[in-house]
Amino acid sequence: MSQGLRNAALFAGVGLLIVLTGFVQSWNTALVILNMGLVSAIMAIGVNLQWGFAGLFNVGVMGFVALGGLAAVLVAADPVPEAWSAGGARVMAGLVLGALTIAAAALFWARMAPGRARALGLVAILLVGFFAFRAVLDPGVAVIEAIDPAATGYLGGLGLPILLSWPAGGLLAAGAAWVIGKTALGLRSDYLAIATLGIAEIIIAVMKNEDWLSRGVKNVIGLPRPVPYEVDLQRSETFVARAAEFGLDPMTASGLWVKAAYGLLFAAVLLAIFVLAQLALHSPWGRMMRAIRDNETAAEAMGKNVTRRHLQVFILGSAICGIGGAMMTTLDGQLTPSSYQPLRFTFLVWVMVIVGGSGSNLGAVLGGFLIWFLWVQVEPMGQLLMSTLASGLPEGSDLRAHLLDSAAHVRLLTMGVILLLVLRFSPRGLIPE
Amino acid sequence: MDFLNALVALLNFVVVPATAYGAQLALGALGVTLVYGILRFSNFAHGDTMAFGTMATILFTWGLQAAGISLGPVPTALLALPAGIAAAALLVLGTDRAVYRFYRRRKANPVILVIVSMGVMFIYNGLVRLVIGPGDRNFDDGARFIFTVRDFREATGLDEGVGLRTSQAITVITAVIVVAVLFWFLNHTRTGKSMRAFSDNEDLALLSGINPERVVMVTWLIVAALATVAGVLYGLDKSFRPLTYFQLLLPIFAAAIVGGLGSPLGAIAGGFVIAFSEVTITYAWKKVLEYLLPQSLEPSGLVQLLSTDYKFAVSFMILVVVLLFRPTGLFRGKSV
Repeated sequence: MSQGLRNAALFAGVGLLIVLTGFVQSWNTALVILNMGLVSAIMAIGVNLQWGFAGLFNVGVMGFVALGGLAAVLVAADPVPEAWSAGGARVMAGLVLGALTIAAAALFWARMAPGRARALGLVAILLVGFFAFRAVLDPGVAVIEAIDPAATGYLGGLGLPILLSWPAGGLLAAGAAWVIGKTALGLRSDYLAIATLGIAEIIIAVMKNEDWLSRGVKNVIGLPRPVPYEVDLQRSETFVARAAEFGLDPMTASGLWVKAAYGLLFAAVLLAIFVLAQLALHSPWGRMMRAIRDNETAAEAMGKNVTRRHLQVFILGSAICGIGGAMMTTLDGQLTPSSYQPLRFTFLVWVMVIVGGSGSNLGAVLGGFLIWFLWVQVEPMGQLLMSTLASGLPEGSDLRAHLLDSAAHVRLLTMGVILLLVLRFSPRGLIPE
Repeated sequence: MDFLNALVALLNFVVVPATAYGAQLALGALGVTLVYGILRFSNFAHGDTMAFGTMATILFTWGLQAAGISLGPVPTALLALPAGIAAAALLVLGTDRAVYRFYRRRKANPVILVIVSMGVMFIYNGLVRLVIGPGDRNFDDGARFIFTVRDFREATGLDEGVGLRTSQAITVITAVIVVAVLFWFLNHTRTGKSMRAFSDNEDLALLSGINPERVVMVTWLIVAALATVAGVLYGLDKSFRPLTYFQLLLPIFAAAIVGGLGSPLGAIAGGFVIAFSEVTITYAWKKVLEYLLPQSLEPSGLVQLLSTDYKFAVSFMILVVVLLFRPTGLFRGKSV
C-alpha cells in the first residue's frame, strides 16, 4: 500500500471512530471530541515542531497552553475600571520596576569583568530590585483584590473580541519562550526537560496565586464567545424553523450548531498552521533544522548558528501551543488555573506526537485526534470493564465500589501502555517522517 | 533572652522542618542520581516509583493494623516498610525486564529512554490511582510528638518553643542509617565497587568482567528501596497523595542536579540545599525579626519573601543558577 493511501486510511479510521461515537453515543459527544481533537492537533504540531524538527525536549507544554488561556482573559474579559483607578498604575509601575531590575542585572553581568565584585553587585541589584518591586506592587495588589472579590477582584481584560486572543496567546507564549530559551536552551536535552517542567509549574503557580491578574483559583468565568449563544439561537424563529426541517428540536439543534461553528473556526486555524508547518518542513529552513537535529556538530561546522536556530524553533513551537491554549479557553468559556495538570497538558501531547510519528506534521495531527479520542473514550470503556469485573461481586461490597470508582484512572494506564507499545514496536510512529 | 527566643523560633519553624524535608529529598535524589549514573538517563518515573512504594507500604500497614499489630509510639508503617520495598522492587525489576532492557541492549539514545520513562510514569501513576485512589491518605498512627512546643517552653521558660514531631525524628534517623548503609555498600563491597566502576567507565568495567545485568539489577533494587523509604518518610511527615509525589519530581531533580548528577554525596548535599532554601524563602520572618531588631525597626508586614505556593519557583531558581554557572553541579557530577 502506498504511503498516501495508508495515511488516508488512518485518517479515515479516526474519522470513522468519531462518526461511530455520533451514532452510538450522541452527535453532541462526537462534536465535543472533534473540537478538542482539533485543538490537540494544533498543540501536537507545536510540540512536533520542537521535537520532530529540532530535537528539543520541551516538557513545559502545559505552561504555554496556560499562557494562551491567560491571554484569552487579558484580551476578552471586561475591564474593571474601579480596579484600574484604584491600583492599576501602582501594579504597572511595579511590573516595570521588576522588568527594569532584571534588565539592569543582565546588563551589569554583561558589562562587568568576571570576578567577585561582579557576583556581589549582581546579588545586590537583584535584592534591592526585588524588595523595591514588592514594596511598589504589594499595596496595589491588595487594593485591587479588595474590590468586590466575589465578582471581580482583578484588573480584568481589555474587552476586545475573543478571536484576537488567539494570536495574543501565541505572542504571550512566544515571549515567555524567548525568555526561557535564552536561559535554558544551551543545556543538554534532559536538563532542558527538567527546566521546562519547572517553568510550567511556575507559570501555573503564578496564575493560581496572582489574583489581581487572573482571579487565581476563583477562576474567570463567562468569557465572551466568537459564536452565538444557544439561548439566542433558540429564540430566533428562523433557526427554530430551520431545525424543524431537519427534524431536530431547538435545544439539540442549537447545541450542535454552536459546536459545529467552533469546529469550523478551529479547523480553519489548524489548516493554516498545518500548511505553514508543512511549508516550513520542506523549505531550506526545514532541511537545515533537520540537519541540525541529526548532527549538531556537522551543522555548526557548515556555519549554521545552532543556538539561534534552536531559539527560533523553540519560540515558534511554543507560540503554536499558546494559540492552542487560547482556543481551548475560548471553547471552555472560562479559565480555571487549577485544571492544568502536567499529565493531561504536557505528557498527553507528547504521547500524541510520538504515536503520530515525530517529525511528521500529518502524524502530529493524526496523533492529536486519535489520542484525544482514546483519552475521552477509554473512561467509559474502563467503566464497562470494571462493571463486568465487579458484576460477580456482591452488591455493597467494598471491592465492588472501589472497582467502579477507579474506572476513571484506567485512562492513564492506557496512555502509558500505548506510548510504550508504539516506542517499542513502531518507534517512528503511525505516519513516519 | 530575645536572641535565644529568636534562635528557638528559627529552630522550630525553619531548621527542624527543613532538615526533615531535606532528608526526604536527599533520599529521593539519591535514587535519581543512581539511575543516572548506572543506566544513564533521567528517570521521570521516579516520583511515581516513590508513590507506588508508599502505596504498597500503606496497604501492608492497613493489613498489620487489621491484625492488631502495632509498634506503640512508632508508626506501624515502619514495620510494613520492608514489604513495601519488596513490592516496589518487584515492580521496577519487572519494568526493567519488560521495558528498559530492550533499549539498553540497543544502546538507545538517552533521550529515548527519558521518553520511555514518561510512559512508565503514566503506567505507575495510573496503577497507584487505580489501587488506592487519588485522594489524601494519612497513615501515621504513632505518637505525634516526641516533645511539643509547650513541653519545651515549660522546661526552659522561654517565650518561644521547639516541637519535635515523631515523624521528623524518624525521618532523620532513618535517612542517616540508609545513607550510611548505602555508602558502606558502594565503598566496601564487591558489588558496590563494581557499580561505581560501571558508572565511571562502562567499557572498562565490561572489560574487567563485570556483569552489566547484575549491576543494573542491584541498582534497581537499591533505587526501589530508596524511593520507598523516601516516599514513606514524606508520607508520614506530611500525607500521601499521588499528585504530590509526582510534583516532588521537580525538587528531587533539582537536588540531584545541584549536587551533580551521578554523585551520591552531591545528591545528599543538593537535597538539603533545596530544602533549606525552600523553607527559608517561603518562611514569614516577622517573628524572628521582632526578637532581633529594636522596637523602632520592627517590620510591619510578614517579611515573607515569597508565598509558600511558589516553593517550586525556589527549587527551580537554584536549579537554573547552578545550571548556568556550574553545569556539573556542586560535586562535579557527570555532564554528557
